[in-house]
Amino acid sequence: MNWITRYFSLHAQEFSGAFSRVLHQPFGSFMTIAVIAIALALPSGLRVMVNNARALSGSWEAAIDFTVYLEMSVDDESARTLARNIEARDDVSQVALINRTDALADFRAYSGFGEALNVLEENPLPHALVVRPDGGAQGNIAALARELDAMDETALVQLDTEWVERLRSILELARRLVDIATVLLSLAVVVVIGNTIRLEINNRRNEIEVIKLVGGSNGYVRRPFLYLGFCHGLAGGIVAAVTIGIGLSLISSPARSLAQLYDSGYRLVGLSVEQTALLLGSGAVLGWAGAAIATARHLHRIEPT
Amino acid sequence: MIRFEHVRKRYPAGKEALSGVSFNLEKGEMAFLTGPSGAGKSTLLKLVALIERPTRGTVLVGNQNTSRIPRRRIPHFRRRLGIVFQDHKLLDDRTVFDNVALPLLIASLRHRELERRVRAALDQVGLLEYEKSSPLSLSIGEQQRVGIARAVASRPELVIADEPTGNLDPELSLDIMKLFERFNEVGVTLLIATHDLELIDKLDHRRLRLDQGKVVDKPQLNTDC
Repeated sequence: MNWITRYFSLHAQEFSGAFSRVLHQPFGSFMTIAVIAIALALPSGLRVMVNNARALSGSWEAAIDFTVYLEMSVDDESARTLARNIEARDDVSQVALINRTDALADFRAYSGFGEALNVLEENPLPHALVVRPDGGAQGNIAALARELDAMDETALVQLDTEWVERLRSILELARRLVDIATVLLSLAVVVVIGNTIRLEINNRRNEIEVIKLVGGSNGYVRRPFLYLGFCHGLAGGIVAAVTIGIGLSLISSPARSLAQLYDSGYRLVGLSVEQTALLLGSGAVLGWAGAAIATARHLHRIEPT
Repeated sequence: MIRFEHVRKRYPAGKEALSGVSFNLEKGEMAFLTGPSGAGKSTLLKLVALIERPTRGTVLVGNQNTSRIPRRRIPHFRRRLGIVFQDHKLLDDRTVFDNVALPLLIASLRHRELERRVRAALDQVGLLEYEKSSPLSLSIGEQQRVGIARAVASRPELVIADEPTGNLDPELSLDIMKLFERFNEVGVTLLIATHDLELIDKLDHRRLRLDQGKVVDKPQLNTDC
């Protein structure tokens, strides 16, 4: 056995020791882990909600059609050519031509002004093109609208994305707030674990003294506490991930009914594998950090007398 | 092995525990450190183990000037030293085996070698069959022997003991001292603080008598105390 395997077997021993310590004090550990789990689940859960809202608003955005009203001078043939040309663009997925004659027929049928329209000598409606952009970024849609507006045949482009932009701003604000909450609650995790480790150090004062008396370095004494912090943080992360999973499954059914009311097949998106790994990893790292701070502050004070 | 040169130790409270102590303990020697309680026996041993630092003077352990050992090197220094305490300082939540293994774990000994040494140390103190027991299930005399096994498990050249028989009856005390003699026979240097003069009268070893912070060296075969 060389020194590397010796090193790892030593760490494995310490790790299993820390783990069994968590199991040995079920109530105290449970309390700590529950607090950590709440502190981790809150920002992660909010982030999941914001991500869902963003994904949802993104799908709306892709579905924005806008209408291009053509000049009255444009005839049937050139309107059809124009529709084909626009449809051929990369950033356009579909163009529907509403012929002015059809439009008038529709208007006559649905508006209730049928008789009144007979008075008109000429069809007052222009040809219209309903353009569906090829679901790209917001900027592209605006640019496309500008280009279509600049064409000679265009009388008016009607594009209503303002409400989407407002929603985006609100979501961006929400995302920032979640970021701030994440930082604050991460600090809370560090403090909670630091405090737990401080109490643990006080409880094991006697043991620490004995270890130092038989030649244990500060590093040796510190190690089990670091692992303890790591275990607490990791367990908190796992509980947080499970909590988010349960929470999502509780609201997924009403959310689906709501989506169906809006004729949408949207389904809530939970934590991805990467996000789950990130959640567990941050729990473990924050736990380690809390333990490192606590041991740095309190361990060197305990010296045999 | 241990050399004190004009060592003074004054505690912050102003009490002077040692006022100019000089003596030399050769390698392979076994000596008793005697004197009334409060004479500074514990302080002297704490200076050897670097639990305390001298106010003035020089303490050499194994030809090493302890004042030159920085704080972070103290653990390494202590690994070459066996320490036996009056209250044995065992960890109650670990088995006898794990207690004895502690200094070897710290020195990151290989697993097989560690087991071998722990069993050898427990065998020497006659407690091999209790390796899986908790120290709490043992008698005080047995607990003290576990403490001694822990002190010698890493095979130190020097063992210091502070009142190792302080809580034991005369018969058990003699057993413990005989045990120390056996270690001495294989070359271990021992410095044992005790106030039990009756006990050490039965044994023929050098005595260092501390009185009012000074050492009065008594050679072997001196019955006058």
